[in-house]
Amino acid sequence: MRVAPSPGPALALLLAALPAHSDEIGPAREAYLANLLTQDCGSCHGLTMKGGLGPPLLPAALAERDDALLVETILDGRPGTPMPPWRFELSEQEAAWLVKRLREGVQ
Amino acid sequence: MTGLGPRAAALIRRGLLALFFCWVVTAGASAGTVRGTGDVGIIIERATGRVLIVEHSHCSQIGAVDGLGDLSHASAVFSRDGRYAFVFGRDGSLSKVDLIEATLVRRIVQAGNAIGGAISADGRLIAVSNYEPGGVNVFDAETLDLVADLPAESGGRRSKVVGLVETADGAFVYTLYDAGEIWIADVADRARPSIRKFTGIGALPYDGVTLDAGRYYLAGLFGEDGLALLDLWRPDAGVRRVMAGYGKGEEPLPVYKMPHLQGVAVAGGLVFLPAVGRHELLVADARSWAEVARIPVHGQPVFAVARPDGRQVWVNFAHPRNDTVQVIDVPSLSVAHTLKPGKAVMHLEFTPKGDQVWISARDDDKVRIYDPRTLAEVGAITAEKPSGIFFTARAGRLGY
Repeated sequence: MRVAPSPGPALALLLAALPAHSDEIGPAREAYLANLLTQDCGSCHGLTMKGGLGPPLLPAALAERDDALLVETILDGRPGTPMPPWRFELSEQEAAWLVKRLREGVQ
Repeated sequence: MTGLGPRAAALIRRGLLALFFCWVVTAGASAGTVRGTGDVGIIIERATGRVLIVEHSHCSQIGAVDGLGDLSHASAVFSRDGRYAFVFGRDGSLSKVDLIEATLVRRIVQAGNAIGGAISADGRLIAVSNYEPGGVNVFDAETLDLVADLPAESGGRRSKVVGLVETADGAFVYTLYDAGEIWIADVADRARPSIRKFTGIGALPYDGVTLDAGRYYLAGLFGEDGLALLDLWRPDAGVRRVMAGYGKGEEPLPVYKMPHLQGVAVAGGLVFLPAVGRHELLVADARSWAEVARIPVHGQPVFAVARPDGRQVWVNFAHPRNDTVQVIDVPSLSVAHTLKPGKAVMHLEFTPKGDQVWISARDDDKVRIYDPRTLAEVGAITAEKPSGIFFTARAGRLGY
């Protein structure tokens, strides 16, 4: 979110070349998140997300659920179930990235 | 060591040390080699669908078997002769692995989603606990042909099954996660299995184990404080709640990994249990189940495993505190040592007489081997995303 004085032409060009979000997840963090998704989410939902003690998170299983609900579930957990909140280590943007990965199908 | 940095030199020293303690023999048990399996085990490589065959006399890998499928949360039991491992995969697979020939004898996919299994006391039956469809399938250990299909249906709904163990009487005991029940299935008459059900044992039992060499069956509860205990000597007495309200009035922390009860430590007349959602190990008197102590530990315990003589209890922890293992000194009921065996410690397995403990560090791609007396690292095995470690000594123990 950039609410700043209108940048000069050179700066505008530079900004256009940058990713859409200034706080884009870096490659190292993406690798960490991908590992977290497979290994740690996978400990309950299965390495291939076909489910375990937790429900399946395959693309078809998530098709009916909107992004906001899924992001909220990751960040705040589901009280009354074993699903814990992950807000202590994930940002909203990172949770959204995980949801995107789940929708694409984790391999 | 000119020309080497201090790090390289340290690594070499460590390597030499490992060599000193644990002769690394690269020549494995190639097919045809005559050897026993009393010192053999497997390491699950959870992401590659492979198991490594290892031995703990010299701490080396002697083989590998591929093609076992999705091995997240995989576990294994052994044939009574110690030759075969039966590996239960998350994808519902049951694989029979020959530890001598290092071959996959047979692999079947018997359900959509499975969690573990057991081998009958006579060694003839393999039972698998399934999440999807919820229930237990029983197979002939020789052929892996289906012998009995036992749906876990309660109140018109299939329930996920956890904590499946065998009893000395030839039965299987298991817990229905969704329904909150413990069932004893007797499959002596293969055509007509009989099932005894204990209902209302508590909310969301997440695992079950045998205690006291197979006398008791203990199920841990996620949905409420306490555990459900069944005395298999006196099943008519029913299931009773023990350690009820161990966290009374306290809000449990969110749980980043379910505790695992297998290997739950019974040492010096005491039971050491991972507290759900707490950074504590609960200690109870093994006879009366009176609470004796709560030992504050580094994180939420996952496994609490006793050295075979009960002198120490080794504990690992849930994400994100899973780079640490703590050693509990049993006489003083306190943390004696804190180790950092590597990133994402998954499992611990003692050698049968407790001279070594093997620890898998998943995100370091290593299994590190320690001498529990000196805490020195005496060896290591490179493995891809290792999780469970299982030695054939389990073949002779009820519930393992």
